[in-house]
Amino acid sequence: MAAVVATRALTKRYGRVLAVDGIDLEVLEGDVYGFLGANGSGKTTTVRMLLGLVLATSGEAWVLGRRMPRAAASVLPEVGTLVEGPAFYEHLTGRANLALFDAMGHGSRRRGRRARVDQALEQVGLAVSGHRKVNGYSLGMRQRLGIAAALLRTPRLLVLDEPTNGLDPQGIREIRKLLLGLNERGTTVFLSSHLLAEVEQMCTRVGVLDRGRLVIQDELRNLRAPTGRTVVVTPDAEKVLGLLDGRVEARDGHRLLVRADDPAALNRSLVDAGVRVEELGPERRGLEQVVLEATTDPGQVGVS
Amino acid sequence: MIRVELVKMLRRPRTWVTIAMLNALPTLVAVLLAITDIGPQPGQGPPFLSAVLTDGTLFPLAALGIVLPLFMPIAVAFVAGDAIAGEAQAGTLRYVLARPVRRTHLLVAKLVGVLAFVLLAVVVVAGVAYVVGRTLLGGGDARTLLSGVTGVSGASLTSAQIVQRTLMSILYIALSMLGVAALALLLSTFTDSPLAAALGALGFLIASTLLLTLDAASALQPYLPTRYWLSFVDLFRSPILWRDVVRGVLLQGVYVAVFLGAAWANFTTKDIKS
Repeated sequence: MAAVVATRALTKRYGRVLAVDGIDLEVLEGDVYGFLGANGSGKTTTVRMLLGLVLATSGEAWVLGRRMPRAAASVLPEVGTLVEGPAFYEHLTGRANLALFDAMGHGSRRRGRRARVDQALEQVGLAVSGHRKVNGYSLGMRQRLGIAAALLRTPRLLVLDEPTNGLDPQGIREIRKLLLGLNERGTTVFLSSHLLAEVEQMCTRVGVLDRGRLVIQDELRNLRAPTGRTVVVTPDAEKVLGLLDGRVEARDGHRLLVRADDPAALNRSLVDAGVRVEELGPERRGLEQVVLEATTDPGQVGVS
Repeated sequence: MIRVELVKMLRRPRTWVTIAMLNALPTLVAVLLAITDIGPQPGQGPPFLSAVLTDGTLFPLAALGIVLPLFMPIAVAFVAGDAIAGEAQAGTLRYVLARPVRRTHLLVAKLVGVLAFVLLAVVVVAGVAYVVGRTLLGGGDARTLLSGVTGVSGASLTSAQIVQRTLMSILYIALSMLGVAALALLLSTFTDSPLAAALGALGFLIASTLLLTLDAASALQPYLPTRYWLSFVDLFRSPILWRDVVRGVLLQGVYVAVFLGAAWANFTTKDIKS
């Protein structure tokens, strides 16, 4: 599969501060890629380098197989973006804003503009509010309009920074459904976020940035692979301790953590020994745990 | 992109409020003149103002003379200072550039937008002043039209000459304002605050105006941007006194080229962090 986004030793230095430190990103076609990192870890700077807004100090970046920022004029028309919150011309309506954005840049056709704008508004559920001025929009409506602007040219790649920011739970679900639907139809999604739960629910691949360095880049299912330990919840915890002796690694009331990579076999041996089992299953590490282990104490991060 | 910029400018309420405000002072002056019938002595006060009492058709020029030294530069500095910095502050700059609009294109489109604003402002001020001058101060009678209008030097100018020279002075004023616009645009590429860019440009102009009154600065004076601003008056002498007008055009041309070149060099290599 072709890499939709690739970087090699991409580095950005602001004065003495190394904001992004030699990262090698790889986003494959069809991915929903979760780009995680604490505030100030260099996420936004990286995204801006990919879009040609910030110029890299060294290293290389390719988007849709072409060098950025050199090929920006041919690459960016196929990329939809939402970077650090939506922004509009406040005195114009939502519809007028989209029409203006649609008209910007090379090779934009007036033909079909109305239909493109209508479709984008429809997709994000703003069809009825499009005629209102943006300065009367709520945070959630702005967010939707920002996503609509990103969808205007049915992009091959969506680069979205905190796309569900400011949305209510219903709105978050709608947007998630929309993005996953687009992804099924072939759009690659690059989702930059600090919401682990959101990334865990949507993404297939994850990259974690810590103080400018890419500390993790892997398939989500690999990261969440079983740990070789089994969680057992039982009211007979004392009995299990005696039975398995040294294999119990931790105990928290009725909850035991047992070193055993075959939960089924463990279950049988426990039941055979007369232990009442309430719950039993392989331990999977949550994304939160994976990320926290790989990154430094966020209290130490002072660079933004 | 140029079309997009023009649409943005024309649909922006601020554009029209600014132009309305530009018209307020000349209109007030016309009302005062019409009521009191007291004009400044010839050679004193704003240019042409002593002549308009006898002929209202000269009022457009008087109006431009009134707004040019202060109000027009303020308006232009704010519009041009807002060009890039305003988009940066609103956050739209990153989306515009990611469409993508090439940075050079954006800068050119912004400049054309500012120029269009300058021309629109000059033309509206002149047009409103013409209507106001004719209605309040008179001068539209057959006698004046037949005998022609008295120019600044006292010699008569025909109506055709007046129209021609008014158009020339509008262009000259537009070029003077383009110098202001270029400076404000340059500053606008350095900051995310439109206010800072506009005030920086105005500060430069105020410094220039101040140095013009200082004898010790006489060596600098021929190069100060505001030195030849009011030289458009010379276009109404007969024959036209070209010397200062030509110098003014050349000087503004150099300022515009230098400021725009610097703006381009800065903007095309800048990290957009807004």
